[in-house]
Amino acid sequence: MIGRILAVARTELLIVRRNRWLFLATLIMLLFALALTFAGSAPTGTLGVDRLTVAVASMTTLSVYLAPLLALMMSFDSIAGEVDRGSLALLLSYPAGRGEILGGKYLAHLAALAFAMTVGFGTAGLVAAATGGASLESALALGRLIGTSILLGAVFLAIGYMLSSLAGSPAAAAGLSAAVWLVVVVLYDLGLLGAVVVDAGGYFTQNVFPWVLTANPADAFRLWNVAASPDVALATGMAGVAGSLPVWAAPASLAFWLVAGFALARAALRRLEP
Amino acid sequence: MTDILTIDKASKRRARQLTLDAVSLTLAAGERVALLGHNGAGKSTLMKLILGLTSLDGGQIRIAGAKPGSDSARRATAFLPEAVSFHKSLTGRDQLALFARLAGVGTAPVAGLLGRVGLAEAADRRIGTYSKGMRQRLGLAQVLLGKPAVALLDEPTSGLDPISRQELYTIIDELAAQGTAVLVASHALTEVEARTDRIAILRNGRLVANDTLARLSHKAGLPTKLRIRARHGEADRIAADTGGRRINGASVELSCAADAKMDHLRRFAAMTDIVEDIEMTPPRLEDLYRHYAQEEGA
Ligand SMILES: Nc1ncnc2c1ncn2[C@@H]1O[C@H](COP(=O)(O)OP(=O)(O)OP(=O)(O)O)[C@@H](O)[C@H]1O
Ligand SMILES: [Mg+2]
Repeated sequence: MIGRILAVARTELLIVRRNRWLFLATLIMLLFALALTFAGSAPTGTLGVDRLTVAVASMTTLSVYLAPLLALMMSFDSIAGEVDRGSLALLLSYPAGRGEILGGKYLAHLAALAFAMTVGFGTAGLVAAATGGASLESALALGRLIGTSILLGAVFLAIGYMLSSLAGSPAAAAGLSAAVWLVVVVLYDLGLLGAVVVDAGGYFTQNVFPWVLTANPADAFRLWNVAASPDVALATGMAGVAGSLPVWAAPASLAFWLVAGFALARAALRRLEP
Repeated sequence: MTDILTIDKASKRRARQLTLDAVSLTLAAGERVALLGHNGAGKSTLMKLILGLTSLDGGQIRIAGAKPGSDSARRATAFLPEAVSFHKSLTGRDQLALFARLAGVGTAPVAGLLGRVGLAEAADRRIGTYSKGMRQRLGLAQVLLGKPAVALLDEPTSGLDPISRQELYTIIDELAAQGTAVLVASHALTEVEARTDRIAILRNGRLVANDTLARLSHKAGLPTKLRIRARHGEADRIAADTGGRRINGASVELSCAADAKMDHLRRFAAMTDIVEDIEMTPPRLEDLYRHYAQEEGA
């Protein structure tokens, strides 16, 4: 079983390397991370924290958008494309279960995503530390950013597989993925913001809003990074929300979505008739 | 003979319509069976049922005693889907290596099989650069991995050039010789006529024929065509005598039932003065196919 998962993973890794996906994703991460590190260098003095801390704060905001986007771009075609080519029926005629095929793809895509994140954020972090100082705490924050970004990517990889299994065609899968990204990463926050403004500091804002915010994996990612580091919280201006939740809330949300995402993807693939 | 694949009253319902209606068919080890039928007759659906890719709505299927989709059934079957394509970034070797690993036979046979289907040169080129026939050959190469007990080939010759088609049937013969039961869905009647042991015909999801070509011809009672070339100017007389039809200045065509054929032949053979030559055409698969696949009612 492990052998078959690894066989699929190995092939998928070949694909992301051959079609330059790995290279491009790493390049995108690197460029954005470096750009933000330098663009975000201005307020260093005013906040009284080292440059790496500010860089991590900027990169956290970047990763909220980029990690889900890269993950969905990687996964949206992986099932629908196979169905389209007729190769899924063939794969499934081998003694490889649907879970094994999904697991193999997941493993490979996660490894590629982890590589891009680690190289991108890692390099930017090193540059920030070298030019503007760092501390043990800011180094930890960087490590946490990389780890949680990979986790966030993993959640959206699984969501991407689910959409890819449900969509019926690669084009529909692409559309669905774009829609989900827009809703979860952009519109969800805007909607909550609107609600908070209307509520004007009432019960919703005090007691419901933080939980609804954490329920979204992208926001949970942000809160986790913010809550764990007061300096990052200061730099992102999210100290308020992060403070009103227990520390386990954001990690629990991401862990839940990680498991639920894979279970949903697995269920969607099980229903699929190739 | 041992039946390696048994299909017993298999039914499949799709959107309220019976795509397959109580189809029963068995294949023995080493047998080559052609599965024929019009577009949408249910050939591909039957293969998917055998593979366990879609569920049965009635009846049962066993592959070497195992249920479709079970681990041992999947180990025992090889499949060539219709119009299959692969990821264009992979090379033929990468793709076949994946299948070899999934089949649990290791990558040792990969190079040999690529050579066997004529892809040795192209083995390390991306599949994106392959022609349709080359992709089809790659699909065929994976069928040959690990001696399957049953091979299901869905329109295997589509996209192949005439020589490759011949090679394909040679490969099918080799498979059968090593004991693999081969089920070939096809529209290429002349090919399967010569290269399979038995013909099964689906019409609108029902199995309307399942026998050897000779016995099907006999059952259908299709006429044998006799063409008699008359000696100078005698064609009219022969036509009048036999009730045949004059088709040109010197020939008469006559249809006769299989059992009346010998009587006719004896009669014409005796007329040496006016008959110059006799040509006999037994019913072909084309005629049979037309008879079984289009026959209404039943
Ligand atoms: N996934 C599906 N959903 C609904 N109906 C389907 C599906 N696949 C096939 N059908 C229907 O089932 C019937 C049989 O289709 P099938 O693909 O088995 O035909 P076929 O004999 O292989 O035809 P062809 O010679 O064109 O390949 C058709 O009427 C088709 O429309
Ligand atoms: Mg078909």
